Amino acid sequence: MCLGIPGKIIKIYTFGSTKMAEVDFGGVQQEVCIETVPEAKLDDYVIVHAGFALNILSNEEAQETLAIIGEMSRLADLEDNQ
Amino acid sequence: MDLLSSFRNADLTKVVIDRIHKATKSSWKIMEICGGQTHAIMQYGIDQLLPSKIEMIHGPGCPVCVTSLELIEQAIHIANLPGVIFTSFGDMLRVPGVSQDLLSVRASGADVRVVYSPFDAVKIAQSNPKKQVVFFGVGFETTVPAIGMSILHAFREAINNFSIIPANVLVPPAMHTILGSSDTLINGFLAAGHVCAVMGYWQYEPIAEKYHCPIVVTGFDPLDLVNGIYKTILQLEQGKYYVENAYTRAVRKEGNLKAQAIMNEVFEPVDRQWRGIGIIPKSGLNLQKKFASFNAIERFPLHLNPISKSSLCIAGKVLQGLAKPTDCPAFCKECTPTTPLGAPMVSSEGTCAAYYRYQRLGTND
Amino acid sequence: MTEEENNSFNLVCPPIIRDKKNITLGHGSGGLLTHELINTTFKKILTNPILDEGNDGALISLPAYKGKLVVSTDAHIVSPLFYPGGDIGRLAISGTVNDVAMMGADPLYLTASFVIEEGFSLELLEKVALSMKSTCEEAGVIIIAGDTKVTEKGKGDGLYISTTGIGWLPEGRDIQGQNALKGDAIILSGTIGDHATAILQARGELGFQSNVTSDVAPLNKMLEELIKQVQDIHVMRDPTRGGLGTTLVEIAKQSNVCIQIEETSLPIKKEVKTVCELLGFDPLYMANEGKVVIILPEEKCNIALEILQKHKYGQNAVRIGSVIDNKQPRVLLRTPLGSNRVIEMLMGEMLPRIC
Repeated sequence: MCLGIPGKIIKIYTFGSTKMAEVDFGGVQQEVCIETVPEAKLDDYVIVHAGFALNILSNEEAQETLAIIGEMSRLADLEDNQ
Repeated sequence: MDLLSSFRNADLTKVVIDRIHKATKSSWKIMEICGGQTHAIMQYGIDQLLPSKIEMIHGPGCPVCVTSLELIEQAIHIANLPGVIFTSFGDMLRVPGVSQDLLSVRASGADVRVVYSPFDAVKIAQSNPKKQVVFFGVGFETTVPAIGMSILHAFREAINNFSIIPANVLVPPAMHTILGSSDTLINGFLAAGHVCAVMGYWQYEPIAEKYHCPIVVTGFDPLDLVNGIYKTILQLEQGKYYVENAYTRAVRKEGNLKAQAIMNEVFEPVDRQWRGIGIIPKSGLNLQKKFASFNAIERFPLHLNPISKSSLCIAGKVLQGLAKPTDCPAFCKECTPTTPLGAPMVSSEGTCAAYYRYQRLGTND
Repeated sequence: MTEEENNSFNLVCPPIIRDKKNITLGHGSGGLLTHELINTTFKKILTNPILDEGNDGALISLPAYKGKLVVSTDAHIVSPLFYPGGDIGRLAISGTVNDVAMMGADPLYLTASFVIEEGFSLELLEKVALSMKSTCEEAGVIIIAGDTKVTEKGKGDGLYISTTGIGWLPEGRDIQGQNALKGDAIILSGTIGDHATAILQARGELGFQSNVTSDVAPLNKMLEELIKQVQDIHVMRDPTRGGLGTTLVEIAKQSNVCIQIEETSLPIKKEVKTVCELLGFDPLYMANEGKVVIILPEEKCNIALEILQKHKYGQNAVRIGSVIDNKQPRVLLRTPLGSNRVIEMLMGEMLPRIC
């Protein structure tokens, strides 16, 4: 139920009264409804599912998750060297 | 930022897998209740790399698979009506009804079209004012806001030749059913990351508390998956059971309130039949009275006789994690992806189809 | 009407109205309109001495050196007819040229028959014929026989083309699906999924835009160069419908071998990967129309890659795997995590999924 991938908002407009965006997924563009993320602005990353933005991606949270796992990796190297 | 590739980093994923091996002391059964996660686990062969003490059980997380035979028969009936353009997500087309599927209905001359988004169906309705355009509204909570938004848009713009078959299902009631069963073997749950992006994860706290079952909100890339499994194992080994978020970049506890507002405005919970499982109370959605005119079931009523199901198929047990596809006498014989008997073989996300396609191998074979 | 036609004893009443822009049913009747169509479009554009003879059958000679005939046939249906990087004309020529070339044969002659829907634009038909001409010139083949039929409006998809290719396989060459051996290397000539992505994009039904173009191209010149220099090629096949995955399974079954490919080695354009992510497609099953899988002895792999990479259709050629045993037919994909998954044939149409 969950095919969703992150893309960057490159344009914002309306379809009738519905808020829409053109989202770029690294060379592929798609029209996406962003009614549920009204605070989204240009250059924000959103998760897109079935032509609909689910949420704005948090860059900070992504970096933090990677940092925690990176730390795990560093500790694993230390253990291997002992 | 290159978000896609960072969470597919093979080296980091292997580090976490190694951590899982070191942390796992007892045997545990963990269920993922999202077809997308099942697909990803199989695609990357993650289940082959986990310690043998961990068994991944694939739950009823494929909304395509669990759509009832009755709803499929209604869809086929509507698709066959003259003057109807029937639209659907692609994977629903292959789901067998009693004697045919939507693909064969299309082959017989009906106008059945695959759409990527429910909005595309609304646009087709706008471009074809003399036709009735019906959208098959399947999906879990992830898809509900999109379908709800398409109804709101049609309502505002008076696109009255558009309607939907309300067929959405909800995750928490299914989890109650699975964990509440006296046969249940599940120790921990991976909660579907994109369902939680919409709904948040506050609904899972009473479930974790009631059934003493850790629930970890998990994403879909290999690093996300193993991170979710790792956090689940840590809780299990420590005897803890709470809801934890391992997909923080996309999920907040409260979820997306605007998306939930759209859902609540357009839909209300109803009892729903899950193919292979039975009726789960308040596990489906129907249109609120205000939008009842957009309900295709009421626009094109059909009297359905009771439908009998295959006696060989053990889909219900497989979907609840009580049996594996390989336990089924019909697996790979009467039941294959091209001749499916039950829901889990139907869609590429189904457990039986996943087993058939991504067959288990020894590690580093 | 010309004066000649005006003076001839002609029982047609009312007189034929020539539609100068579109195909009519009369163009398929076998009479004057058919001849006009053939002469002003097909023969004019695809002219060569054999076609110009204008008889019911073509007289051809085969090369003087020893060998065997290779014959292949195809029907081409594509929607839309024109798409980024190609069209049905180029597809028709390239597809059949490649089928013949995959056997190690030198494609020489093609036949082409056209089923055209009433109302089809003559201007578009001419464009298709011109594209076929340029592709024939690139491949060094000629169309020696053809046929034209017209179907009623609403009973065809604009245009269907069928082609048959005739080639000559020099004696001593044996390149077939059952020749893969344990220890062989497997090469792929370039990026997969480009053609399928270009078609999806051109159809515009699935709501995305990209710059991916089809890879449709005749590969015979590149393959002839390869065979002459490397000799000992075991298998060649183009992964068209069903994609690379289906093609490898076919070969594994024919040769009764286990093939293992490395997922990290597969050349896939970023945009193609993204489209697959969006729609839930697997690039392994996306169609290609200008790529070849080559299976050959391990020791010939590097020289083969050098030759391919010098050619415009092989610049991204890369080794993707090996034939690892001959116990049972299987195709394994080794993931970046080191696990393996079994690759099956594509079952039915790939449909976009939401899960």
